[in-house]
Amino acid sequence: MPVIEILELEKTYSVGFWRKRPRIALRPLTLNVEDGEIFGFLGPNGAGKTTTLKLLMGLIFPTGGSARILGMQINDPRVKAQIGFLPEHPYFYDYLTASELLEYYAQLSGVSSSERRRKVSEVLARAGLQDAAGTQLRKFSKGMLQRVGIAQAILHDPKVLFFDEPMSGLDPMGRREVRDLMEELKRQGKTVFFSTHILSDAESLCDRVAIIHQGELRGVGAVEDLTSSVEGKAEIVWHGNSIPASLNSLTTECHLVGDAVRAVVREANQDAAIDALRREGLRIISVTPVRTSLEEYFVRKIQVSQTAAGVIS
Amino acid sequence: MKPSARTTKIAAGALLVCLVSSAFALHHLDRIGTQTSTEEPLYIPSPKVIKRFSLGYDGLLADLYWTRAVQYFGTKHYQHARDYNLLAPLLEITTTLDPHLIVAYEFGANFLAPRPPFGSGMPQRAIQLMEFGIRNNPDEWKLYYNLGFIYYMELKEYAKAADAFARGAKVPNAHPALKVMAAEMAQHAGELPMAQIMWSTAYQTVRDPYIRANAITHLRALQVDEDVTNLQKLISVYQQKTGNLPSSFTDLQTVRLLRTLPLDPFGHAYKLVAGGRVEVRDPDNFPFITKGTPPGYVAPPVRFRPEDLGAS
Amino acid sequence: MSLRASYIAANTFREAVRDRVLYNLIAFALLMSAAAILVGQISIGIERLVVVNLGLTAVSLFGIVIAIFIGISLVSKEIDKRTLYTVLSRPVQRWEFIVGKFLGLAGTLVVNTFFMAIGVFGALLYVAHGFQAADGWIVVALYFIILQFLMITAIALLFSSFSTPLLSAVFAFSLFIIGSFAADLRGFAGMAQGFTRWLATGAAYLLPNLSSLNVISSVAHQQAVSTQLIISNTIYALVYAGMAICGSVLIFERRNLK
Repeated sequence: MPVIEILELEKTYSVGFWRKRPRIALRPLTLNVEDGEIFGFLGPNGAGKTTTLKLLMGLIFPTGGSARILGMQINDPRVKAQIGFLPEHPYFYDYLTASELLEYYAQLSGVSSSERRRKVSEVLARAGLQDAAGTQLRKFSKGMLQRVGIAQAILHDPKVLFFDEPMSGLDPMGRREVRDLMEELKRQGKTVFFSTHILSDAESLCDRVAIIHQGELRGVGAVEDLTSSVEGKAEIVWHGNSIPASLNSLTTECHLVGDAVRAVVREANQDAAIDALRREGLRIISVTPVRTSLEEYFVRKIQVSQTAAGVIS
Repeated sequence: MKPSARTTKIAAGALLVCLVSSAFALHHLDRIGTQTSTEEPLYIPSPKVIKRFSLGYDGLLADLYWTRAVQYFGTKHYQHARDYNLLAPLLEITTTLDPHLIVAYEFGANFLAPRPPFGSGMPQRAIQLMEFGIRNNPDEWKLYYNLGFIYYMELKEYAKAADAFARGAKVPNAHPALKVMAAEMAQHAGELPMAQIMWSTAYQTVRDPYIRANAITHLRALQVDEDVTNLQKLISVYQQKTGNLPSSFTDLQTVRLLRTLPLDPFGHAYKLVAGGRVEVRDPDNFPFITKGTPPGYVAPPVRFRPEDLGAS
Repeated sequence: MSLRASYIAANTFREAVRDRVLYNLIAFALLMSAAAILVGQISIGIERLVVVNLGLTAVSLFGIVIAIFIGISLVSKEIDKRTLYTVLSRPVQRWEFIVGKFLGLAGTLVVNTFFMAIGVFGALLYVAHGFQAADGWIVVALYFIILQFLMITAIALLFSSFSTPLLSAVFAFSLFIIGSFAADLRGFAGMAQGFTRWLATGAAYLLPNLSSLNVISSVAHQQAVSTQLIISNTIYALVYAGMAICGSVLIFERRNLK
C-alpha cells in the first residue's frame, strides 16, 4: 500500500475583493509514494510545491480531490503522530532555547515525559546543535534554524518525513549533512517526501521524482528512467583556434575564447570527440558536463508547457 | 481534509448556548444595576475636570451626560424619590461640556428649582445655571424666560422676574409672551393668568417630554384652582342672596349664577360637599393643586401620566 | 487531549513572561510609587480615595493594553512568522491551539494583576498607614478587572483568528471603549423607538458590557459589593468569553493558512 496517496487533489483560490477571480494554485494531482523511498517533488518557484505540502499537512483545505497518508485521512491525529514536517524558511519561537523548543514539540507530539529529554538530546546531536542547545533561538543563524527545523521533524521518530526545500540556507557542508541524514532515514526504513528546485540533489538522492510546473504535474518516474530518455551534454575546452573537421559533426555549438575553443558535444559523442582531439594532437583543457540529465529532462518539460502556453516562443 | 465536522458542531452549539446565556445574564445584571446605580456617587463631580479629560470630544460627552441626566431623573421620578441630588452636577457637567445645549438649561429650570419632592430644591443653583447659559447664548430668549420663570415660580421675586423677562423680550425672535409678562408683572404678579401664560409658553415651546408633562400637569392644576375659586365665589354670592348654602350645582343654575355644569380638565364634575366646599372628584389626578382637596388630604408623590410623556 | 492545550497554554505564558510583561510591571510599580508620594503631598483627607481610584484604574488600563496587544498577535503573529506550521503538523487539533492560547494569556494576566495589586496595596499602605476592613472590597474590584481581561482577551483572540494584527487591535480597542459605555448604550436603546430601538438593543446585548464590571469608584468609597453582583458578573464574563472563544474556534477551524 502506498504510504502517500494523492488523488485528484486540487486547490483554487478566489482572488480579489469584488469580483472573485480564480487563481489555480494546483491542478488535479494524482500521485503515489511508496514505502521506504525518497521522493523528490521538483519544480521552479511558484510551481505549487509548497501548496501541495500544505495540503498534505492540513494547513490549507483542498477545493477538490483527496489524499491519504499511511492509509488514513490527513487530519487524523494518528497520522500526525507519525509524520514530521519541515516548512520552508522555518521560524521558531524566538524566546525559547533550542532544547526548550524541542521539548515543547515533544510534548505536543505525545512523546512520554520519561523519553523526552533523551530524544531531545539525541536529535540535537544528530543535527549538530548540541553546543547551541541552551542558546535562545533568536540568536540562531539561518543555517542553524534549518537544522532545528530538521531536528523537530525527526524528533518523534515519524514514519514519513515531509521537507519543503530542506537545503535552502545551508552552506555546502550543511547540504552534505542533510543529504547524509536523508539517506540514513531511508536506511531506517522511513519514507521521505521533499520538494526542491536544486536538481543535483534530487538526482543523487531520489528514487523517484515528480516534476510540477504552474500547478500541473509534468512527469513522474524513477530517476534512471527519466534520465535515460534524455541525453546529457558536455562542454570540451581545448587549446587552439579552430575546430578540426572530424569534430564538426559531433559538436552542436562552439566559439573561441582567447586562445581556446569551447565546444558542446552530446554526451554519447563525448568519448569520440575526445579521441578526435587527441588524434589531432590538440591539448584538452577541460571536459565538463553542461547540464545533468535530469536537468535537461526538467527543462524540456518546463519549456514544453511554456511554449504551449505561449510564454516562450 | 475538511474542517472537522465534530468540532464545528460542538463549537457552534456552545456558541449558541453562550449567546443566550449572556443575554440572560446581562438582563439580570441590568436589574441589579438599576437598584444600585441611583446610589452611585458621581465619579468626577467637577465639570472643569471632566472638560479637561474630554480630549476635545466635548459634544459627545455632553450628549452622554445629558442622556444620563434624563435617565437619572426618570428613574428617580419613577421610584417616587424624594430627592434629585445628582441632577445639578449632571446638568452642570452637561452644560460645561456643551454650553449651547439649551434643553439642559430648560430641564434645570423645571426640575432643579422646585422644592422636593417635585425637584431638587436648588433654586439658586438653577439661577446660576441660567445665568451661565445666558452668558454663552445671549440671544436665546428661552434662557431669559426660564430665569424669570424660576424667580417667579419658586422665589416669588417678581421684580427680578420682570427684569429677566424684559431682558429676554429685547432679544430678536423673542416669544411675544415675554413682553406681555414683563409689562403685566407690576400689577398682576402672583395672579393666576400670569402662571397660566408661563406654563402655556413652556408647553408650546419645549420638546422635552418631561418638561411638557410638567407644564401640562401644572396647567391642569391651575385650571382646577381657577375653577374651584370661581365656584366658591358663586357659592358665597348664592349664600348672600338666599341665605343658604346650595345643596348642589343645579341650585346655582336655577338662580342663573351658573349656566353649565362645571367639569374638571378630565371631564368629571366637581363635587359640592357639605359646608359649601367645592372639591375635585379625584384629587390624585391633579398634582400641584392648592384648592379643591378634601380636608386632611395628603397628596401622593408626583407622577406624570404616561399619555402626557408620550404626547410629544 | 486537553493536556496538549495545557502545554500550549504553558508555552504562551512563557512567551508572554519573557517577552513584554516584565517591563510593564516595572513601569507600573514606578508609577504607583510616584503617584502615592505625590498624592500624599497634594491632597489631605482623600489620599486613600485617590490611591485606590488611580491604582485600580491603572491596573485595569495596563491590563487591557496587554490583553489587546498580546491577544491580537496570539494567532496572527504565529501565522505571519509561520511558527504555527510546525505546531499544527503535530497531533494538535486547531481548537486545542485556540483554547491553549487563551488560557496562557489569561494566566499571564492573572499573574500580572497579582503583582500590580501588590503595588496598589503597597501604595495604599504608604499613604494611609494601615488597612481598613473595607479595603477587602478592593480584592473584589480586582477580581472584576480580571473578568474584564478575560472578556477582552477572548475578543482580541477572536479578531486575531481572521484579521490582520492592526485591524484586530483597532476592533478590540473599539469594543473596549464601547463596552465601557454599554450602560449608556442600553439607556439610549431604552429611549429610542422602532427600528433604532431594536437595533440598539441588539447591539447592546452583543457588545461586551464592561460597565457593570467596573466597581472601582464604589470600592474607593468603601462601599460593599453585593454577592448577587459578583455571581452575575462571573457568569456573564465567563459566558461572554466562551462565546468569543467558540467563534474563534469556528473561524480558525476552517481557515486556510497561506
